[in-house]
Amino acid sequence: MNVEDIILKKVKDIPPSGIRKYFDMINEMKDVISLGVGEPDFTTPWNVSESGIYSLEKGHTHYSSNAGLIQLREEIANYQQRKYNLQYNPKDQILVTVGGSEGIDIALRALVEAGDEVIIPEPSFVAYQGCTRITGATPVSIKLRAEDQFKLTPDLLEKAITPKTKVVIIPYPNNPTGAIMNRDDLSRIVEILKDKDLIVLSDEIYAELTYQDNHVSIASFPEMKDKTLVINGFSKAFAMTGWRLGYACGHPALIQAMTKIHQYAIMCAPTTAQYAAMEALKNGDSSVREMVKEYNHRRRVLVDGFRELGLDCFEPLGAFYTFPCIKSTGLTSEEFCEKLLMEQRVLVVPGNAFGECGEGFVRACYASSMEQLIEAINRIKKFIQR
Amino acid sequence: MEEILKILEKNGRYSEEQIAVMTGKSVEEVKEAIKKYEEENVIVGYTTLVNWEKTKDESITAMIEVKVTPQRGEGFDKVAERIYKFSEVKACYLMSGGFDLTIIIEGKTLKEVASFVSDKLAPLESVQSTATHFVLKKYKDKGTIFEKKYKDDREAIII
Ligand SMILES: Cc1ncc(COP(=O)(O)O)c(C=O)c1O
Repeated sequence: MNVEDIILKKVKDIPPSGIRKYFDMINEMKDVISLGVGEPDFTTPWNVSESGIYSLEKGHTHYSSNAGLIQLREEIANYQQRKYNLQYNPKDQILVTVGGSEGIDIALRALVEAGDEVIIPEPSFVAYQGCTRITGATPVSIKLRAEDQFKLTPDLLEKAITPKTKVVIIPYPNNPTGAIMNRDDLSRIVEILKDKDLIVLSDEIYAELTYQDNHVSIASFPEMKDKTLVINGFSKAFAMTGWRLGYACGHPALIQAMTKIHQYAIMCAPTTAQYAAMEALKNGDSSVREMVKEYNHRRRVLVDGFRELGLDCFEPLGAFYTFPCIKSTGLTSEEFCEKLLMEQRVLVVPGNAFGECGEGFVRACYASSMEQLIEAINRIKKFIQR
Repeated sequence: MEEILKILEKNGRYSEEQIAVMTGKSVEEVKEAIKKYEEENVIVGYTTLVNWEKTKDESITAMIEVKVTPQRGEGFDKVAERIYKFSEVKACYLMSGGFDLTIIIEGKTLKEVASFVSDKLAPLESVQSTATHFVLKKYKDKGTIFEKKYKDDREAIII
């Protein structure tokens, strides 16, 4: 028997991640500064970790209900109301998941299959493509443009929608570009989406990390509320990536369908993490504020650094990524990243890893200490001016 | 504007240019603000946080609780001034509760600290009593953890 033959074609067809080779390269190298990371450098605020530890001490080491602890869902409902003016019933409109990642996966599994189309604005988080392909549905990429600050514009959206479109992903604040969509930007695409029979999957995992105006959810437009599934979580906002906890909020019918898949695939999200997350929502605001302030300083340092070097870098107003254009160096994204790593031991991610239209750009994350960022800029300077 | 103070409090070595970038202000604005803080004694000084335990220099820190008799018309300030002017005194706080002043002393040896207490502090007329506590180990000071240096053990690349 050939095991290869038994594996589904649609799984085999998912291209292997283009970043594997960088792991192999850095394994041999010393003193690398990685701006390739995709998570906070802060450790989880201590009061949050301590609540997790305390829950273990108290013997809360069992499964929770499938949808998550009801007290946590109530806190999530309060939080969504308080922050984004969104009302969800904790009993049937909120599902606690293993990271935002699981939310994306099971939402797509509940919604699409072969023959359906999922619209994915790119450059963006790679899981949208992967999860869509696994369902058998067809990903339809929208090539976002630097001149639009990588926002989703009505003309691009309109052209991508077909009768087969079942899901539109709205990935803001965006990984990898740092782009955001403010209320006006959203209202223009709401005009197009409001009368269509499709679900909007709004990935708001970086909602806390904005640097000018507060995040606006597309679900806060009344005409969009029922057709939007909000994906959020604790990883980025509360520096809790390793706890693996997120949640999805939306229409009861969709949450119920997702809960079915979740129940069989996962049973329930980690209980310890759920206890910690309750503390994060109740008493985490000041920690988040401190982290956002610090990210903002670093953001300006990195953007300013790239611009000083003559690289075009639009101002990212969300998440913790910068997305400078490296076309002026005459190198492709991948050449730039490989050479920079080999010559100056700084790791950034080629933009085309996030979709073809990311070619000509690189992603550099500023969730690293100021000292590291300043040193990284110095090294990139040597690289560019060589 | 307190943003600049917060940055400097965390790391006093940032240049005005760097602070300007971090805060999105012009270098002139930052220079101006810092100058004003210095003039108004909001920024009182610049120091370096040293973990002396890691050096060859002997050093010992003690925290002394002091009960004093306030002076008529001047409250505690005059007494405190008598005390904090000694160069051995690194910090001096007026306290609520069971005693009046907390004093932090640094000396080279136990003997040096003890003799400061017995020769200089205790004999002061307005000092009623002292209780000296020696510091055995500093874990954290001025918001900075001394021992464990942060190690970045994140996955180098996640997309
Ligand atoms: C845009 C986006 N969505 C979702 C996730 C998943 O995060 P988690 O599963 O840790 O909640 C990430 C992580 O990098 C992300 O960048």
